Amino acid sequence: MSIAAAINGPVRAVPAGLIYVGSLIYTLWLFWLGIDGQLGPNPVEALEHALGEAALYMLVAGLVVTPVRRFSGISLLKFRRAIGLSCFFFVLVHLLTWAVLDVQALDRVWADILKRPYITVGMAAFILMVPLALTSNNASVRRLGTSWRQLHKLTYPIAFLGGLHYLMLVKGWQVRPMIFLAIILLLLFVRFKQKARSPKT
Amino acid sequence: MAYRWKNTLKESDVTCEAAFLNRRQLMAGFAGSIVAGGVGGQALAMGPWKGEGLGEPNSWDDITSYNNFYEFGTGKGDPVKYAHMLTTAPWSVKIDGLVDNPGDYAFEDIMSKMTIEERIYRFRCVERWAMIVPWNGFELADLLELAGVQSNAKYVSFETALRPDEMPGVRQPVIEWPYVEGLRLDEAMHPLTFVATGIYGKDIPNQNGAPLRLVVPWKYGYKSIKSIVRITLTEDEPPTAWNKYSAREYGFYSNVNPNRSHPRWSQEYEQLLGQGLFAEKTPTLMFNGYEEEVASLYEGMDLLEHH
Repeated sequence: MSIAAAINGPVRAVPAGLIYVGSLIYTLWLFWLGIDGQLGPNPVEALEHALGEAALYMLVAGLVVTPVRRFSGISLLKFRRAIGLSCFFFVLVHLLTWAVLDVQALDRVWADILKRPYITVGMAAFILMVPLALTSNNASVRRLGTSWRQLHKLTYPIAFLGGLHYLMLVKGWQVRPMIFLAIILLLLFVRFKQKARSPKT
Repeated sequence: MAYRWKNTLKESDVTCEAAFLNRRQLMAGFAGSIVAGGVGGQALAMGPWKGEGLGEPNSWDDITSYNNFYEFGTGKGDPVKYAHMLTTAPWSVKIDGLVDNPGDYAFEDIMSKMTIEERIYRFRCVERWAMIVPWNGFELADLLELAGVQSNAKYVSFETALRPDEMPGVRQPVIEWPYVEGLRLDEAMHPLTFVATGIYGKDIPNQNGAPLRLVVPWKYGYKSIKSIVRITLTEDEPPTAWNKYSAREYGFYSNVNPNRSHPRWSQEYEQLLGQGLFAEKTPTLMFNGYEEEVASLYEGMDLLEHH
């Protein structure tokens, strides 16, 4: 038995639902810390950052599934939908936290979306995620057939926009958002290189 | 000239913070008061002020745990974690350029000559958060007078310590090190322009810019340069750290101005820290609420162009 097969066995026994539960508990825990005064003097900012980072981690995790299977044979495919939907959940709560608790007024939300490039970019990523979230069910996969796969390639621009959003909002030349964006770009590069080589299946 | 400016304050009862009045701050305050002559009583009474319309100062914890001091890392919590590495004693400030008495001024010598008073100021970061801080320190004008400003000086430039061994953040070129700032001479001589050496009567913690840092309350926080090692009087406008990074985003003047938004975010509103998760945003005030005191410095200037 290969190492990959040895890993795939037990992994198959782990329910994907754990990812939903974990994401929900983490979010509720963050809000509880905020309400309880444990997120420091600027709890709204702390929440926004934590939720945004969680979404970025999920984006990267979602992009990692395919190359991991390709290079190691370890299959995490059964978790991909939960990863994607949890990512959408984090982005949605991140966006609502920003609009409701931070900006606090609809006209200012609009003004920011139109005038502030990093927010425009983040918003664009969110809007692109909506159809993916709505079609993340077995019925949609069946109904849409091959176009489902085409549609879900939107993940690639979404990941890029997500990384860019982070890079654009920080002050100064900071390393962390650069590393995130570099990892995302690397994963996209691996994807396209492999696509260019192998004929369409 | 100490005591050139007062909050619209009323004296209130002594709070617990007064119990922490630090020896060095207090002694320097007494010494200065005695030199100034007859205002010792005033120095004693200072401390627990409550600014009218200013609100309660932020807590010691808020003020000392949420900082931008990129020499120790870009996270708000990095300075409180790493700033203990900075050696602040002995410390001296080199004052040079267009002054009569250039040289290295030892921190203790400066303190022995200055009158320490308390100033409760609003502090507004360019990132849109604000604090109310009870600083202890002296007017920058007093220190400049000690050095003897020459008549052809028009600007003052400042420099923060740069010590890679003690400042883990400077390994990353987040901005160009060392951190430098500058003021026009009339801004520097303004009675509001303050050099802080304490907070709540205690020595200023390293993460807040020990042992001495600038406080210019009508400008965005990054003008209030920390842990100063050099002050130079010049004829030309000096370079400033964030302006070098992006002149479009950070002007030389950097006056708090709700009408001039940062290109990446609006400056129309702000968030006073320490108000919890559901705190309301409040409108940004022109010159951070010090319009009456400082507007005359910029008469006839286009503050959108000279932002």
